[in-house]
Amino acid sequence: MGERILMKGNEAIGEAAIRAGCRYFFGYPITPQNEIPEYLSRRLPEVGGVFLQAESEVAAINMVYGAAGAGARVMTSSSSPGISLKQEGLSYLAGAELPCVVVNIIRGGPGLGGIQPAQSDYFQATRGGGHGDYRTPVFGPASIQEMVELVMEAFEVADRYRNPVMVVGDGILGQMMEPVVLPDPKPLDSLPAKPWATTGNQGRPPNVINSLFLDANLCSRHNEHLQEKYREICRREVRYELVDPEGAEIYFVAYGTTSRVVRSVMNRAREEGIITGLIRPITLWPFPQEPFERVVERAKAFLCVEMSAGQMVEDVRLAVNGRRPVHFYGRTGGVVPSPAEIADALRKVLEGRDPGA
Amino acid sequence: MREVFTRPKSMRKVVMHYCPGCTHGIAHRLVAEAIDELGIQHRTIGVASVGCSVLAYEYFDCDFQQAAHGRAPAVATGIKRVLPDRVVFTYQGDGDLASIGTAEIVHAAMRGERITVIFINNAVYGMTGGQMAPTTLVGQVTTTSPGGRDPRHCGHPIRIAEMLATLEGAAYVARVSLHDPAHVARARRAVLKAFRTQLEDRGFALVEMLSSCPTNWGMSPREALRWVKEKLIPQYPLGEFRVPEEEARP
Repeated sequence: MGERILMKGNEAIGEAAIRAGCRYFFGYPITPQNEIPEYLSRRLPEVGGVFLQAESEVAAINMVYGAAGAGARVMTSSSSPGISLKQEGLSYLAGAELPCVVVNIIRGGPGLGGIQPAQSDYFQATRGGGHGDYRTPVFGPASIQEMVELVMEAFEVADRYRNPVMVVGDGILGQMMEPVVLPDPKPLDSLPAKPWATTGNQGRPPNVINSLFLDANLCSRHNEHLQEKYREICRREVRYELVDPEGAEIYFVAYGTTSRVVRSVMNRAREEGIITGLIRPITLWPFPQEPFERVVERAKAFLCVEMSAGQMVEDVRLAVNGRRPVHFYGRTGGVVPSPAEIADALRKVLEGRDPGA
Repeated sequence: MREVFTRPKSMRKVVMHYCPGCTHGIAHRLVAEAIDELGIQHRTIGVASVGCSVLAYEYFDCDFQQAAHGRAPAVATGIKRVLPDRVVFTYQGDGDLASIGTAEIVHAAMRGERITVIFINNAVYGMTGGQMAPTTLVGQVTTTSPGGRDPRHCGHPIRIAEMLATLEGAAYVARVSLHDPAHVARARRAVLKAFRTQLEDRGFALVEMLSSCPTNWGMSPREALRWVKEKLIPQYPLGEFRVPEEEARP
């Protein structure tokens, strides 16, 4: 492990990718993630890699497809409107089983929206924004240190399952600076072999990267194979943090930046004698069921807080499955919920009222 | 006995799905012969597009990636940037390259991407059943221009080779026709040049091939070849629009 340094979130993402063995980046400018391509345009050539600014997000994700199919660790990043454009490519990457990492520094939408922080792409990220029955693991870090670690882990998970992995942040995580300890770079000779890659069929039958199955039965079999893989990911790759103090009755559910605001509300509430817990999903898909099972019996209610009109709350309701009330408080369009607003929502839940009403 | 005609090594022994009289088979063969002649079969990666040639990976005996509609040049870019010492080619039709994929082809050419593009122009969307393409001739009847293409309503045919030849990154750009043996022989030389352009690291290379589509044109194979000669060539003049610099010197 290296020394503790101060780094901007977006630049830390770029450095983490390089330390994970990523040598190829294809992207297109969009705020608030521009420091990622800017950093990599400088750093990748230094380590023998390639940074290429594509003509569009559509082209960028298809360059990722080609590079991933050629066996490389490869990344692209964008922000919400650009991620919408990458959905076609994501569906193809999932269908052709190609590993890559896609970072979404989410901004307020819909449409052009704004450039301020939001979490309104949760549905798109966790449901698969492109066509077809596919899934992508989604990591939602809450600090720059965690961002670095999860970006590196994202490459491992992508290669392990031959599947795209998303890392979602927002303008706050991308733009702020925090102290971070950068893990040692992964030796390139330790990266997993990819005998399926198209590298020229010297001494072996041709490899084909493909998602086309014109025969319905073959297409169905391919889908069953993908679903088995997704079940395996659900069994093995769930990550979450559970803050479960003695005496907690109300449990917050929040991820990313919002979870940090919630924590300050929890600390202040404790000073007033109100003890609360927190379930913080780190993988948004697969969504963690386990922490809900651990606390649902003693919980009085759950309060989900998001920078959206209420997206993850649907997964919370599925996890709780009617056993306890699930409340929601959110701000939209790039407005970060203030500690006072969340404290007010908590008060309403304690009084048995709906904070969203 | 001397063998005078055989299957190129770079083609698989399978039956193609192409319609009788379609020139895709000839185009495939020209590409495979060039790969054989240059001895690059085992370091070539093809990129199939969406359209009639979507199954090209079943016919060529080399590594292949299948790309989304129009995106083959971007996919090829990704491959070539990772594996600069390999040979990468795309095989795209006119719906794919000249319509949905215009951004990708223009920018691959602009960057001088070291790839070889085989562009099949048959003035129609073939696989989806004969709809109007950007390359459809004025007055040509298709399933989505039942009264014939009306330029006031949907413009004039797009000349891709001439457009791309304006870009410095495009080192070799040619248009050939597959309507008779003499032209097929010329097309063969153009394909070889397009691969050599890549092997010599000169830049982007594209060969536009005027092809026939008897099924969607509603013609016999022979009528279709005559139509290529009499109708397509006047709209799409044959020739080399850009050649590598050294070769251009007298």
